[in-house]
Amino acid sequence: MTSKVSSFFKYLFIIICSFISVFPFIWMIIGSTNSSSQIIAGKMSFGDQFMNNWHHTFAQTAVVQDFWNSLKIAVLVTVLSIIVSALAAYGFQIYRSRGKNWIYSIFIASMMIPFSVLMIPLYRMMTNFGLVNNAWAVVLPSILSVFLIFFFHQSLETFPIDTIESARIDGANELKIFWSVVLPQLRSTFAAAAIYSFMGAWNNYMWPLIVLQSDDQKTLPLLISGLSATTNFSIDYGIIMVLIIISTIPIFVIFLFLQKYFVQGMTGANKG
Amino acid sequence: MNGVNERTNRIGWWFIGLSIIGFVVFMLYPILNSVKLVFSSISGDSSTFVGFGNFVRLFHDNVFWSSLGNSFLFLIVEVPIMLIFAIVLAVVLNSKKLKLRGFWRLLIFLPCVTSLVSYSVLFKMLFSSDGLINTFLMNTLHVISAPIPWLTDPVMAKVVIILALLWRWTGYNMIFFLAGLQNVSEEIYEAAEIDGASKVQQFLHITLPALRPIILFTAVQSTISTLQLFDEPMNITAGGPNNSSMTIAMYIYNVSFKFVPNFGYAASLSYVVMFIILILSLIQMKVAKNDD
Repeated sequence: MTSKVSSFFKYLFIIICSFISVFPFIWMIIGSTNSSSQIIAGKMSFGDQFMNNWHHTFAQTAVVQDFWNSLKIAVLVTVLSIIVSALAAYGFQIYRSRGKNWIYSIFIASMMIPFSVLMIPLYRMMTNFGLVNNAWAVVLPSILSVFLIFFFHQSLETFPIDTIESARIDGANELKIFWSVVLPQLRSTFAAAAIYSFMGAWNNYMWPLIVLQSDDQKTLPLLISGLSATTNFSIDYGIIMVLIIISTIPIFVIFLFLQKYFVQGMTGANKG
Repeated sequence: MNGVNERTNRIGWWFIGLSIIGFVVFMLYPILNSVKLVFSSISGDSSTFVGFGNFVRLFHDNVFWSSLGNSFLFLIVEVPIMLIFAIVLAVVLNSKKLKLRGFWRLLIFLPCVTSLVSYSVLFKMLFSSDGLINTFLMNTLHVISAPIPWLTDPVMAKVVIILALLWRWTGYNMIFFLAGLQNVSEEIYEAAEIDGASKVQQFLHITLPALRPIILFTAVQSTISTLQLFDEPMNITAGGPNNSSMTIAMYIYNVSFKFVPNFGYAASLSYVVMFIILILSLIQMKVAKNDD
């Protein structure tokens, strides 16, 4: 009897928590089919404004341009940061030496530095480079990711050194070993790292807010945040719902298809 | 490491090279540069040396203290609640008898796919004075007679931000605990069961100790990120009403880029945050060590 009661509460707890988790998504979808005033009044049934909201979004906002800006930045950051981090982690892990261990420790310690310490010098640097309002101002500082180096470093910890040794004996050069012996073995680590990196860049808000001030450079988070700012009194919530859906879809799709890697990438865990 | 001779050691440096360049340009230089800023007052192009002037100013700056207080409030209230929920959810979702485990996990983790700006804006809409939450409480449940001023009341504004943070980050932290629970063998629980230990006793004496390193990890990580909280207060309340939900990260942003920019003062504020993070992380690690 008691086990039945406890199992009832267990399911009740899980169902309530799951409902709270999912509810904003349901509301987002329902909201996109209603008019602005219906959304804000909390109408919880499907309406007929879906096509109108999408039409307004494409007619009144620079959604296509901003989507492209976001995508461009996220892809560049992902590709470049993964190349740099994987190479570095490989160097730290496979070619250990006192000097390299020392630098690795400094890298790791730098993870504690809050971004606000770097923000102003970086901004002045970007001004000097003439990169304000340029996507590279967002991409360049994101290429070095100590977390990704750490992530690859960990996954290389268990890498069988013997395979590398025997490739060396076969006369392969070091870069070729990295490319054709090590890389194929780390496929799932790369997938997780790519998801981590892409999400971070796709959702990045504070730094783009600082360096991307012109309208034609804005990313999706900047567009959404700007449209819904409290000082803006003529907000069309239908448009905002559509924009939120558009900004969520790419991540949601990645999540659905690469769930295992997604969770690894989000949490930096190497075991599934 | 006999296999690595002088030549391969040198090759190793080539692999690391790019990351060292990145580190020097985008991490080391900014850190050293901001040390210089801390002792200067900068407006426009002119920079004057002010010694510890920025720190003197900081002591008399009410907005600094209140935004620091807010950041600590979010840290002290939100992080423990979130971690407790995350642990309980992980334990429940780990039990073999639970049906549809994968499905529930997926739903609980789902908030992690939203961008911080998107979900913040959603929460702002949900909690607006004529929004869904108030409509539901008033017209469906009839528990309140007038709308709650969620976003315009100093206390409620903080409550909304805490609720939003709980929604977004509980599932994320749960994943760490779920992974940690995989290392606890079933047999320990079976043995405890035979010895007559209750479920609560098992949780306190087996589960919690096993999860200690993960609790430390998530606590340190949450501390660091909560003290840098920016996206949510910026987009839910814009720090209002009257700076009552302004966080220290928002204040640094405002001092740097919004009001009359003062980079020197902003850099000093950011160093204060860095030292707080350092001290708190060290304390948390120390506490964890002593408990062992």
